[in-house]
Parts: sequence; C-alpha cells; structure tokens
Amino acid sequence: EGRNETCLERRTGRLSSNNEWTNRDWRGGLKDSVEWEGRSLLKALVKKSALRGEQVHVLGCEVSEEEFREGFDSNINSRLVYHDLFRDPLSWSKPGKALPGGPLEALRALDKRTVSGPATIALDSLSWLLHHLPCPTLCQTLHALSRQDSCPGDTPPGEQVRVLGLLHEELHGPGPLGALSSLAQTEVTLSGMMGQASAQILCRRPRQRPTHQTQWFSILPDFSLELQAEPPLESQPRSDPHTPSVDPTTHLTFNLHLSKKEREAKDSLTLPFQFSSEKQQALLRPGLGQATSHIFYEPDAYDDLDQEDPDDDLDV
Amino acid sequence: ATLVRVQRGGSPSAQTEGKLTLLCDAKTDGSFLVHHFLSFYLKANCKVCLVALIQSFSHYNIVGQKLGVSLTAARERGQLVVLEGLKSGVDVFFRPREEPHPLQFLREANAGDLQPLYAFVRDALQPVDSGEAAWRCPVLLVDDLSVLLSLGVGPVAVLDFVHYCRATVCQEWKGNVVCLVHDSGDTEDEESDVLLNGLSHQSHLILRAEGLATGFCKDVHGQLRILWRRPLQPTTHRDRSLTYQYKIQDKSVSFFAKGMSPAVL
Repeated sequence: EGRNETCLERRTGRLSSNNEWTNRDWRGGLKDSVEWEGRSLLKALVKKSALRGEQVHVLGCEVSEEEFREGFDSNINSRLVYHDLFRDPLSWSKPGKALPGGPLEALRALDKRTVSGPATIALDSLSWLLHHLPCPTLCQTLHALSRQDSCPGDTPPGEQVRVLGLLHEELHGPGPLGALSSLAQTEVTLSGMMGQASAQILCRRPRQRPTHQTQWFSILPDFSLELQAEPPLESQPRSDPHTPSVDPTTHLTFNLHLSKKEREAKDSLTLPFQFSSEKQQALLRPGLGQATSHIFYEPDAYDDLDQEDPDDDLDV
Repeated sequence: ATLVRVQRGGSPSAQTEGKLTLLCDAKTDGSFLVHHFLSFYLKANCKVCLVALIQSFSHYNIVGQKLGVSLTAARERGQLVVLEGLKSGVDVFFRPREEPHPLQFLREANAGDLQPLYAFVRDALQPVDSGEAAWRCPVLLVDDLSVLLSLGVGPVAVLDFVHYCRATVCQEWKGNVVCLVHDSGDTEDEESDVLLNGLSHQSHLILRAEGLATGFCKDVHGQLRILWRRPLQPTTHRDRSLTYQYKIQDKSVSFFAKGMSPAVL
C-alpha cells in the first residue's frame, strides 16, 4: 500500500509536504563540493532514518567516529553502527587498529549478514573508496550491496536497505562519476545561492522518465532537515558584522563636499560654450570697452606690397 | 596578532585544537603564513614538527627571529623537530637501503606511499611521559605539499599522508596540522586540483592567499580569504567566510578590509 501511494505522488509531480523525497526508498548519491559540503545533509538523512526506527550502518572513512556522532542525541547514536575506516585504513599503525581485510572487505561486510532491513547504509565517503579501490570493483560491490533490495518480490518493502553515498564531485573525472551515477536511483547535487543551500534532485526509476526538482533547505544545529518552499528573499545585503563600517571620506587630503555658497556660485556659472540669448546679443552688439579691431602690419624689407584690391574684378 | 584574532574570533565556538588548517596560495607567495604559524605555535609553547621541503633551516630561523622566536633555541630544548628536506633528501642516496628514511620515496622507481614520512612525524610528536615540562599540544607544519607532486608522489598518496596525520595528530593527540599547498590555477594540472580539493574537503579552516586580480601593487600585496569548512554546528554559508587584504612588512603583516588600505584612502 505504501509503495503505491509513493508512485502516485511522484506521477503528479507535486512536492508533498511530508518530505517525500527523503522518505522514499532509494539508492542515492549525495554530490557535494568544497563550497557546499554534504556531510551535514548526510547526517540529517541518517538522523531521519534512525528516527524511523531503522538501524544505520556508517562506513566512515573521512571523519572519526567521535566527529560523526557529534550533534546526535543518544537515541540516534544507539541506532548508529560506525564501521571505522578512519583511524587506520591502510594498516600503517604498528599495533594494527585496522579493520581486517582493508577497505574492500569492510565494504563487502555490509551485506545481508551484517545489515538486515529496514536499515540504511551510509558511505562516507564514496570519494575515498573510489581513490583506494578500482572503479569497476567498487561499482560491482555497490551493486551487490544494493541488490538486496532490487527484487521487491523477495523482500517485503518495509525491510529493504537504503544505500546512501557521499561523493565529492571535484575529485573525480567524468568516467567514474558517470559509472557511479548509473548505479544510483536518486542523485542529489548540493549547491546554493546567497548563503542558502539547495539540492538538485534527479530521480531515476525503471520504466519511468527521470524527474528533476530543486529543493531549498537548511539544516538545524541538531541536524534536523528543514525544507523551504522557495529561496528566501533577501531585500538588502546584511552588513558584515565582523567589519565595522568605515566612512572612506574621512581623513582625505582633498575636498569632496561643497559649502552652500560654493554650490550657489557653481550653479550660477555660465559655461563658456553654452549659447544663450545674452551671449548672442553681446556678440552682435559690440559693448562698451570692446575696441574695434585693428590690424597692425609691419612689412619686411622683402615684402612686395600690392595696393590693389585682388577682389576688384569680382562682380559681387 | 590580527590573524590570530580572526582565527579565534570568527567561528561560533572557537575551538582551536584538533584542527587541520589548510594554507593555500594562488598567484602569490603564501609562505608568510607558514612563518606566522611557526612562530605562533612556538610562542604558544607547543611541540612543533616542521617538515621543511622548500627552504633551508636557516631561512626559517632568520624569518623566525624577525617574528620573535629563535628556532635554534627551540630545537635545542626539544620543542622543535625539523625535517630539512633539502639536506636530508641527498642523504637518502648515501644510506644503506635497509635503513628507513622519511623521504624514502625519492629512491623508489614509482614513488609508493608516504608511510615512512608519517612514521617520522608520529615519532617526532609522540607525547612522552617524562618528568620534564609537557608541551601544550603537538603541531605539524608542512611546507609544502605541492612539491611532493613534483617529486613523483601521487595526489592520493599525499592525501593519505595528511589523512593519517589528521587521525593521529588531530584526532588522537588533539594537536593541530597546518599544511601549505599551491593552487597552480592551471586547468591542465589534474593532480594539483585533486590534491587541493581533496585537502579542502579534509580541512576545518582554509586560508587562501591570492594575488590581486589587477596585478602587482606596492601597498596591497594580496588578499586573504578565510573559510571555515567544518564548523561544529551547521551554519549559513555567509557566516563561514571572510576576506581581508594584506601588506607584508619587515616584521609583521597588516590586515585591513577590502579597499581600506591606508595607502589608497
């Protein structure tokens, strides 16, 4: 019954208020970047799973168990099993603290023997695994891991296992990214604008068209996920609280302001090339003190002065 | 002093232990940050391990003296351990093969991993239970990581080395790790990009020194972007980054808000 409802909501394309995309059964990839980190969202989704009563298995390669559990209350922490690949993943420590068999075995160990539904497996991170395992091996292992829930006839819906992987987009070329994408039913790419995070969600289901939606969200300090309907409008950029606002016009060696008298003088000034009626009259009528023009010419010794007017023969 | 205030005062809960700080420079020389952190942690009475792959010990010593610390004295009293890459890199070839050396990868045909280098760091900073005064917290400073790529080490191997330093120095011993890496800005250099991005994802704090977009300026040497990447509480993006401009002087660096250099006002 539950699965049919999910299908119906998806077809109508509405974003229902009960956080449909986070509840849905999925094999998903979470793609983040340096600027928009994804571990907070991963933790928020882990928290959601735990609150639903599921067990959560985390394969932790990038952060310590202590750091991953931080911010979760005891209720969630009790449902969280942390498989520690952070402390000594490559067996470099003398008294070996490594998980036996290295990263590949640790990943393979998350199969039916350890994880039984309903459960969520969180891989933190797929990037680390991709750097240390050959891509085909990783893809095959991931496929086998999620194969447990690919036959819905065998396993009842409530007992299926969700697989969530965190991937740092900038660290890999298009080949591995494409290969991992093809394994995922849902891909969430993190980005944002003006301090607000958003998720581009791409859902691929068999025999259906891929659906694409954008969801704005924020994560609260206790790792609860708060979905927002539209990007928050910011009417004014907030002034940076760390930098006191300084007036750059103080302590200048030149004057940027005009006094009232200066402003009046400036406004009443006529510009030299502005042709007004006063100027026109002044030009037409030689005023007082304006002498008539004389030309004074001192001929040189070699000048040949012709007293005749060269224009005489013109019939004007 | 300003940089310290910025580091401490910016994040919501100013915890400064157990952190990986990434120093990065683009189109400028960010080594002044390395000298700052070196003198800062020595003055703070921390046990420091300096992996100096770029400059000689005397270079750091001379700059350190301008900043008020004597590296020679620190080394003599056991507070400072230095791996001088330029000197000991040559030693690798004159030693018997069986003896492990931190820069052993220089000798191998295809440079494997940096486990010997990690072992050196671990042994240098291992807290010892002795009667003498304990140092405040262990600090690892690496100048710099990009040169390892030039020496033939793969970016994943460098990331693994930093991972282990983080696991041991930061997580287990609650110390700090500070590394310098260069952003070549060259879109063709995939290895450098993978290293820079991979380190950025691992870091708690990123200090990025950039040359000004308009080119060289006598009074403003560059711009410093500060990004807190892994705050304890998820906060909005805006609260997590700051930008300052700076000018390097003989004995200090002065920071000011963008456009507010005293020389241009």
